[in-house]
Amino acid sequence: MSEQEGKQAGAAPAIEVRDLRVAYGEREILHGVSFDVMAGETMVILGGSGSGKSTLLRTLAGLEQPSGGEIRIRGKNLQTLSREGWHELRTRMGISFQSGALFGSMTVGENVALPLHEHTRLDPSTIDIIVRLKLEQVGLSGYEDYLPAQLSGGMKKRAAVARAMAMDPEILMFDEPSAGLDPIIAAGIDELLLKLKQAFKMTIVVVTHELASAFLIADRMILVDKGNIVAVGTPAEMKASTQPRVRQFLDRVPEPEMEQELDYLQMLTGQIVPLRQ
Amino acid sequence: MGMTRTIGAATIDSLAYLGGLTRLAGSTTRAMFGEIFRERRLPFRRAIHQGMAVGVDAIPILSLISFFVGLILALQGAYELRRLGALQFVADAVAISVTRELGPLMTAILVIGRSGSAFAAELGTMKVNEEIDALETMALDPVRFLVVPKFLAMLIMMPCLTIWADAMGILGGALFGVTSAGFTLGTYMHATMDALVLHDIATGLIKAAMFGLVITMVGCQEGFRTGLGSEEVGKSTTSAVVTSIFLVILVDLVFTALFYFGSAR
Repeated sequence: MSEQEGKQAGAAPAIEVRDLRVAYGEREILHGVSFDVMAGETMVILGGSGSGKSTLLRTLAGLEQPSGGEIRIRGKNLQTLSREGWHELRTRMGISFQSGALFGSMTVGENVALPLHEHTRLDPSTIDIIVRLKLEQVGLSGYEDYLPAQLSGGMKKRAAVARAMAMDPEILMFDEPSAGLDPIIAAGIDELLLKLKQAFKMTIVVVTHELASAFLIADRMILVDKGNIVAVGTPAEMKASTQPRVRQFLDRVPEPEMEQELDYLQMLTGQIVPLRQ
Repeated sequence: MGMTRTIGAATIDSLAYLGGLTRLAGSTTRAMFGEIFRERRLPFRRAIHQGMAVGVDAIPILSLISFFVGLILALQGAYELRRLGALQFVADAVAISVTRELGPLMTAILVIGRSGSAFAAELGTMKVNEEIDALETMALDPVRFLVVPKFLAMLIMMPCLTIWADAMGILGGALFGVTSAGFTLGTYMHATMDALVLHDIATGLIKAAMFGLVITMVGCQEGFRTGLGSEEVGKSTTSAVVTSIFLVILVDLVFTALFYFGSAR
């Protein structure tokens, strides 16, 4: 069903990733991942800590350089994009960071207004109206003059979403939207995401490790493990999957203990590198 | 073999660091002039805000330090001058050493401690909080947004503070002159004016502007290079202070040598 939704919203993929490799120095984090995100679709990138999912999002946002492979966003190859091309693309993408990344020296209102002031020639009174509208959409009416430090964790996330949406982007990306929030606030953020998805038909990419939230908001999802894509599919397909790694993640099974004493000894002494890290 | 390699690696690291500073200075200048030509308003509001922090707020402590340094210079100079029976030259000695050297240098050291460290800490914290990343993803150039206002503030404030420090240093010398060397305030100032030529003050101000460049670039570069985690911010700040002091002294040496050999010809 969700596949159809994706196709209805627009046949062309908004994001195409082919054989993407990313390395920090010698250490390769992503070992050649490929997937598409259709226009208007909500794609959830699931994975455990250190799986490479955040690196994947940072690379899509242009904050990390791929060491191989290709990314196309709205049909444009990121590696060959000019300065102007990047500028144009970035005004059409909004990113909400894990920590919120609001500018601490500016009020919430100024944070949301910043991209509008810098990239548009709208007069200040129009910008004020847009700021109030965006804050209202994320449930933060009346908080324009607060400093980020005066907000709770959930409110910071909401303000960050408002800022990411300031330029009415076509693609919205979220890094761990509900990390570090209590379940009620996290549910509120999920609800906000669903509302945005229905109201604006934006292409949304969410990186998370929260299963409940992932199944609630996703049209399709990707499971990333140790820098590889293990599975791609709709939430229903994921739930039905029999793949051991998918099952382990969804059923929240911890990594098995070292069974063989000899293996354990070898790991400690470093004689033989163990298979799993 | 091992030592050669260590020296080689250290040299390459230092050159790379200087290269980074130069590149940052280049992109800052480009961003600054780019603004002017694209008829976009320069970030004056942020520059004024920075200027207040860098300049105006530094005045009380700078006044006190410069006054004391002037007084110390007078005392130290008088020690020798008295033996030669030339105590009346104490005004000249203070005037020349303060305007040419110690005014700019003490100002730079104070500004490094107050603002260079603050730049590194501010940008470092922003890096750790992903705020620099956020700027980039909003298509806002972090250099234009963060470094240009600081650079503008420094470029204006360093010479201003230096002139102030010069004046306070001379006043410090005057305290000694009036109380212990038989001057009145009027005659001391007269002697100071006679001793100084514009060249002395001008070279001091040129150095001050150069110090401002160095302090801004080192502070910002250290901030941008901050790794992940809050202890890294502390490391960047320390490194910004130590590196700035070293580079300011080095630039001081180069410029003093240039002025000396330039005027000798």
